[in-house]
Amino acid sequence: MSELWGLTAHEAQAGLRAREFSAVELTESVLARVDAVEDRVNAYITRTDEVAREQAREADARFAAGTATPLTGIPFAVKDLIVTKGVRTTAGSRMLADFVPPYDSHVYEQLTRAGAVMVGKANMDEYAMGSSTEHSAFGPTGNPWDPERVPGGSSGGSAAAVAAGECLAALGSDTGGSIRQPAALCGVVGLDPTYGRVSRYGIIAFGSSLDQVGPIGRDVEDVATILDGIGSHDPRDSTSDPSPRPDVRHYLGRDIAGKRIGVPREYFVEGMEPGVRARIDEALARLESLGCEVDTDLSLPMTEHALAVYYLIAPSEASSNLARYDGVKYGLSERGGSGMWENMEQTREQGFGDEVKRRIMLGVYALSAGYYDQFYLKAQKVRTLITEEFREAFTRYDALVTPTTPEVAFRRGEKLGDPYAMYLNDIYTLPSAVAGLPALSLPCGLSEGLPVGLQVIGDVGAEGAILQIGHAFEQSLGQANRLAPL
Amino acid sequence: MPISREQVVHVGRLARLGLTDAEIDRLTTQLSDILDHFEALAAVDTNGVEPTAHPLPLQNVMRPDSVAPSLRRDDALGNAPEVEDGLIRVRAVLE
Repeated sequence: MSELWGLTAHEAQAGLRAREFSAVELTESVLARVDAVEDRVNAYITRTDEVAREQAREADARFAAGTATPLTGIPFAVKDLIVTKGVRTTAGSRMLADFVPPYDSHVYEQLTRAGAVMVGKANMDEYAMGSSTEHSAFGPTGNPWDPERVPGGSSGGSAAAVAAGECLAALGSDTGGSIRQPAALCGVVGLDPTYGRVSRYGIIAFGSSLDQVGPIGRDVEDVATILDGIGSHDPRDSTSDPSPRPDVRHYLGRDIAGKRIGVPREYFVEGMEPGVRARIDEALARLESLGCEVDTDLSLPMTEHALAVYYLIAPSEASSNLARYDGVKYGLSERGGSGMWENMEQTREQGFGDEVKRRIMLGVYALSAGYYDQFYLKAQKVRTLITEEFREAFTRYDALVTPTTPEVAFRRGEKLGDPYAMYLNDIYTLPSAVAGLPALSLPCGLSEGLPVGLQVIGDVGAEGAILQIGHAFEQSLGQANRLAPL
Repeated sequence: MPISREQVVHVGRLARLGLTDAEIDRLTTQLSDILDHFEALAAVDTNGVEPTAHPLPLQNVMRPDSVAPSLRRDDALGNAPEVEDGLIRVRAVLE
């Protein structure tokens, strides 16, 4: 057997249940792996080795007592905007560099109740604003496939940690692609659940009508298992959907013959790398060979407006959410000025990085008198049209399949000077986010030695269907359990 | 330029960002470039279309008005920069 850190969560779970190794041994293996590669990857803002060792001991006690769950003993990376009681939570920002939350987020509570192990708090673009994890106040994360390249973002630390063996699975968050895009660029599996599926209680807010926590793992089965573990209704988040939630794991392994798959032509436009195009075409052929009815004659003309809609609505919501960082209640507090207003400006000038300031500016502008109708309200109306277009498509299709990104992992620094070029990397992940739909990214091969991601978009609440399709695809492709050659 | 330097200064003041002159210059160019790309949105026919504030058709969520434990005051104040008598101390608002 290879090193324990290289297992999938479900392989590790089987080994733990069979007493082939202990949770402590598994955790020590992962911690040693972090020691070995972290100087090249920088996946973690804060390592929590002692928390991990304690949780691993508790996990072993649960296996002995027969109270283990499918996540017991599994070492996780937790994106650093998921608050953890007593463990520094920074959101990748100078503003929160010393913030120690007094309570746990719902998802971390779910993980600890299930007996999971936290290896550390994963690096991210500041306040989840970015597509490369270069906008972190704690230094950029390297892509484990090539540390000179970005891992994507904003959950770049989470995806890189999974790909590098610095954890077995991770939690990220997705506002406009922040789980799926880094999963694609790091060659792992990521799921953005339906908006409302996973509680946002204790998630540091970015765009509240878009933010959603989700899993990143080495294969589809792990991602499904984690969603079942964290996706319960939570009365502390009023947008948490109270509908009954059947476990999605039961969808895995079912035949996908006869599934109707739409391939919107708007996702195959200029800017897509030929290598990405080739892998996606192969993936569509594979789905056809598995018996799916693949229809490439689908048009969703509203797709082209999703980028503008997203980059007006998300910054608008962010400008409101980030108004709370005023140096008064918690976080950075510059106290040198002459009074409250001056301190507030100094605090925000010092605490926020360039991309966060840019988005706050964009949001405040779009919401300001004279521009509200032209920008914010207009974006909200076009959001309705995008959602209706998807709804109509899902009367005819079980899932939509697209590339996750137009290109493979790009070089560090390549897009930093051109914010709009960076935004374009989210062009395929934004539409479903705007409509609140679930979407999965999974590896579908390499282009020039770097991973390409396939995106499967589902209707509201249809996580089971897209995981079923993703799982069948993954089994057919036959390269489950992907690790970067680091 | 869709957004002028004066507008950037004004918006920066509303957002209390304490922008430097160099930041204002850079943001004027960058925000103009971004907003230029959003112009196509104006051409979309949205007559009679309701705005979406939220992706789910959720109604107001109420809970019973019952007493339950919440954060202890010391914990809630634990990250405050300055605390006095169990309260957050702030700088003078009026000079």
